[in-house]
Amino acid sequence: MSVVGHSPPPFFKRGVAPLARLAIFTALSLFLLVVDLRFSTLDMLRATIATAIYPLQQLAYRPVEFVGGAGQYFASLTTLQRENNELRDRQLAIANQLLRQEHLELENQRLRALLDMRDRQPTQGSVADILYSARDPFSRRVFIDKGQQQGINSGQVVVDDIGVVGQVTRVYPLLSEVTLLTDKHQAIPVQSQRSGLRAVLAGAGAGLMELRYLPANAEIVEGDILVTSGLDGIYLPGLPVARVSKIDRDAAYTFARILCEPLAGIERNGQVLVLSPREMPAARPEDAPLRGADAATGKGAKINRGAAAKGR
Amino acid sequence: MQPTNSSRRILLPVKGWFILFSLFVALFLNLLPIGRVAGVPDWVALVLAFWCVREPLKVGMAAGFILGVVTDVADASLMGQHALAYVLLAFAASGLSRRILWFPLGQQALHILPLLFGAQLVMLLVRMASGAEFPGVLYLLAPVIAAGLWHPITYLLLMPQYRPVDRDENRPI
Repeated sequence: MSVVGHSPPPFFKRGVAPLARLAIFTALSLFLLVVDLRFSTLDMLRATIATAIYPLQQLAYRPVEFVGGAGQYFASLTTLQRENNELRDRQLAIANQLLRQEHLELENQRLRALLDMRDRQPTQGSVADILYSARDPFSRRVFIDKGQQQGINSGQVVVDDIGVVGQVTRVYPLLSEVTLLTDKHQAIPVQSQRSGLRAVLAGAGAGLMELRYLPANAEIVEGDILVTSGLDGIYLPGLPVARVSKIDRDAAYTFARILCEPLAGIERNGQVLVLSPREMPAARPEDAPLRGADAATGKGAKINRGAAAKGR
Repeated sequence: MQPTNSSRRILLPVKGWFILFSLFVALFLNLLPIGRVAGVPDWVALVLAFWCVREPLKVGMAAGFILGVVTDVADASLMGQHALAYVLLAFAASGLSRRILWFPLGQQALHILPLLFGAQLVMLLVRMASGAEFPGVLYLLAPVIAAGLWHPITYLLLMPQYRPVDRDENRPI
């Protein structure tokens, strides 16, 4: 190619040969892939790059936000009035329950104290806006507008007004990333509201979830509501999660294939509530015989031996 | 017979800042939060392939790697997924640049299509191997649309180099 005013092409000094360079960069990429996939220790690198491109991301968000805002601005008055009326009706309808709730809660507390049960943990949370869904077509993630600066931590539960939406999986200084329940790598321990059966619900892609590892004769029917069981120490017990939509009991497989639809508006809502982290329940009592063997000296051994003696 | 096509047109040397600027704009377009819309071309891949074909000495695998890592973070995808695809794309595009530039723009696009398609396929394979959900066949539509944009993007990105050498104060361009 003839290029005007171009210095003579560097025939000999071209650095590393293309194939060698390809090998280096491919190896580097594969290294990143494996580290991210197997060890998940790239959070610092991720946070650094994310902070560096944050202004650009915000800039890119502006036009979309503007279009959305314009759409809202031109929403007709009648729509708003109708919505207002509907909300007022609903408020009246639930006023009865609201008025009695305080009374019921107090009563509940007294009864619980009477039964010597632990108080249910009060829920607190911060409201966040969903900014946009991640571009990655292989996973189901959204970004919310609160991050480390607002005290969000990785692992917190995200809910909307109907049920569980997902879980905060990565936290950046000013945003955080929420993995939705329909993501294939996201699992949540649930319990059937009707039968009390406990199971693990995992994302199945295509906006559905799958109840895994239940035998073909499991006590579950279509239409069952699944709520969180709270066994994991992350999700509070009793949050609505999904409704069983299709059960495929094939004798050829060990497990039934049970598909569920999420209750919460997982892929369409705009505002969510990030629940504060749940206080961990008291640690499990130590197994004395197991620990006694390696702790032969010191105080621990004495305590363990004492505990073992008491156990007997 | 010597083929006469637009790629033989005498051009001004490319400006380094313009390459950087165009890659930056492509990154910006990739950051637009449009969500999961199928068929939206990967602008960074397209512009990277363009500069690898046009200026293989200036833009190459290192640029591909850096852009890939940044895209991985922005998309919240697996770290190294785009980096791997872009490095392979840059290698293929710079390796084929001498050949591709002989052809008219339509046939250049036909050369670019398998490269972009291959990059997309690499990403698909990496994610499927890691157990992600299949995004649908429409995922493979994006490189076809991107290759269709080769013609306009060539004119757009070569515009600063089309200026004649003898500058005339009375002429706007």
